[in-house]
Amino acid sequence: MKTDLSKRAMRAERAVVTRHELLYGEYRVLQMHVPAVARAVQPGQFVHLEIPGLDDAILRRPFSVFKADDAMLSVLYKPVGKGTRAMTSIRVDDEISLIGPLGHGFPTSHDVAKPVLVAGGYGMAALYLVACALKSSGTIFMGGRSAGDILCVDEFEAIDWDVRIATEDGSRGTRGFVTVALDEYVAGLPDAREVEYFACGPNAMLKAVCDRALANDQKAWLSVDRHMGCGVGACLVCVQRIRDPESRNGDWHWERVCSEGPVFESREIVWDDDE
Amino acid sequence: MSEPAPDLRVKLGALELSNPVMVASGTFGYGPEYANLVDIDRLGALVVKGIRMQPTTGNSTPRAVEVASGMINAIGLPGPGVEGFIETYIPFLETHTVPVIVNIWGCTIEEYGEVAARLDQVDRVDALELNVSCPNIKQGSTMFGTHPEMVEQVVRHVRERTRKTIIPKLAPNVADVPRFAQICEGAGADAISLINSVPAMAIDIETRRPMLANTTGGLTGPAIHPIAVKQVWEAAGAVSIPVIGMGGIVSAKEAIEFMIAGATAVAVGTANFSDPTVSLDVIDGIAEYLSRHGMRSVNELIGSIDLRKG
Ligand SMILES: Cc1cc2nc3c(=O)[nH]c(=O)nc-3n(C[C@H](O)[C@H](O)[C@H](O)COP(=O)(O)OP(=O)(O)OC[C@H]3O[C@@H](n4cnc5c(N)ncnc54)[C@H](O)[C@@H]3O)c2cc1C
Ligand SMILES: Cc1cc2nc3c(=O)[nH]c(=O)nc-3n(C[C@H](O)[C@H](O)[C@H](O)COP(=O)(O)O)c2cc1C
Ligand code: FES
Repeated sequence: MKTDLSKRAMRAERAVVTRHELLYGEYRVLQMHVPAVARAVQPGQFVHLEIPGLDDAILRRPFSVFKADDAMLSVLYKPVGKGTRAMTSIRVDDEISLIGPLGHGFPTSHDVAKPVLVAGGYGMAALYLVACALKSSGTIFMGGRSAGDILCVDEFEAIDWDVRIATEDGSRGTRGFVTVALDEYVAGLPDAREVEYFACGPNAMLKAVCDRALANDQKAWLSVDRHMGCGVGACLVCVQRIRDPESRNGDWHWERVCSEGPVFESREIVWDDDE
Repeated sequence: MSEPAPDLRVKLGALELSNPVMVASGTFGYGPEYANLVDIDRLGALVVKGIRMQPTTGNSTPRAVEVASGMINAIGLPGPGVEGFIETYIPFLETHTVPVIVNIWGCTIEEYGEVAARLDQVDRVDALELNVSCPNIKQGSTMFGTHPEMVEQVVRHVRERTRKTIIPKLAPNVADVPRFAQICEGAGADAISLINSVPAMAIDIETRRPMLANTTGGLTGPAIHPIAVKQVWEAAGAVSIPVIGMGGIVSAKEAIEFMIAGATAVAVGTANFSDPTVSLDVIDGIAEYLSRHGMRSVNELIGSIDLRKG
């Protein structure tokens, strides 16, 4: 495993909640005062939160960092299960135990001719810091079931990103999957190979971006979502199949999404059959 | 003048620990994973993830599922193999002072012996915990842990190959824990540890598919604590070597319970995931308890259960 774990910036902190409210549709923003972690965040990293009031559920939950500055860190979430539903009762001034920043995020310091972000669900929040960090702005494709699933449009437009929206029911933007809009855009470019993707969303979306990157000889950085235990590299619950770089016969090994990931380049990933 | 701090030192065979609180195999990696968050040198001992001769890949995903008061895992004992472990992790461990216990396993009795013989040459390794009880290995270990003759042969064979402290880790799913404990003692074990995870299963009722890629796994966490207390109590009553208690420790309370039942030391497992420094709180909590009860040494606590009726 390539990560030198003892050299990470992560720490465990008590974060004080400074803001917690509905932001878009069912999505809420949870903002916390936690300077030591917030300052160290790189785009695409996540934090592992201990959710108060979870009763007999014993594990923390991972959340991508939406925004971070010298003092505050925020995450965007939607209640989907036990943990995220319990989160809705957190109040301003509550203290939450937080471990972070965790994982290897997106590379952003290199020159990217045509950055293209592809986002679904909380991916729209997870990619915001990527857009801020990239040297030049580009285009973000957002996909969701309906208008209520489209987040953060104002944020991206405020930093001069071209926002393209697709919803399955057509209630906002083009009707259909985000890949339809994406394919049209790429087909209209003089040189499709200039595109570099940064994607975060459901596995089917990541897989679709991966297929296009392979077909068009493009780079694609994909943030994958795996169930986690420890979040810090100890339990080996969160693993992803990764191609052996030198192998010609499809050999692979496991890497930890919480430590070597969550972001991998499309050529590294070996997808499971049901993905 | 205030009372002196209680003496927390305990002995496992020849190995002396500064306190009785260790971290359980598979829940703390090999050390560096938690080193940024925990002062690992304060731990009584660090038990690393299971190691065999060869590198192993482990099971497919999903490897774990959260259930009421616990989790079920089927990680499948992935690891770098004994040489990979020595090369990758011993340099890191050499920068620390915490006693290191290596959890070992094999698919044959001979393999346990080979791993033990190799680690016998590594000074930084203080003791070996023999995992004869992982529920996630289909051939080999499960069989070993539930067959008295196999357990005896593994312990005897490892005893011949190393002078380090050896600690067989017993399976919880056997009818007669005291008998297995006695077999280990007779075969030359310096201590025994229990319990490993409890064979378990969870099904998604919408898809009617198992929640784990491996179909079944092992339950850990608070859900198994009372089962573990009974087995530790039975084992401790059956042997004169030290017993290490584990299963569902989330605070000093559960650790103290194990020690009252007869455990000389304890290990914290799944609770590390939610609270990485929980083991240090357990150490402090035991010291506080001893002071509050006027005990000068943790040895006064071990096996102090009061079984009088009424
Ligand atoms: C790197 C990363 C970043 C993420 N960022 C965000 C974010 O920014 N915003 C956001 O809303 N969500 C994010 N998620 C997902 C978020 O962690 C999940 O929404 C959350 O885990 C679901 O928790 P829950 O308690 O609400 O649902 P649960 O009721 O716990 O679970 C829903 C389903 O997932 C299963 N499950 C959940 N956690 C586990 C686990 N640890 N092990 C096994 N099974 C499990 C349950 O069995 C159930 O079937 C991220 C996930 C990852 C891995
Ligand atoms: C993710 C995970 C991995 C484990 N890996 C091992 C292992 O490699 N070898 C072993 O003997 N026990 C292993 N165990 C079992 C623990 O060491 C311990 O016996 C068990 O978890 C009970 O303690 P707990 O309830 O405090 O977690 C593992 C447990 C978990 C949760
Ligand atoms: S969540 Fe434990 S190793 Fe990744």
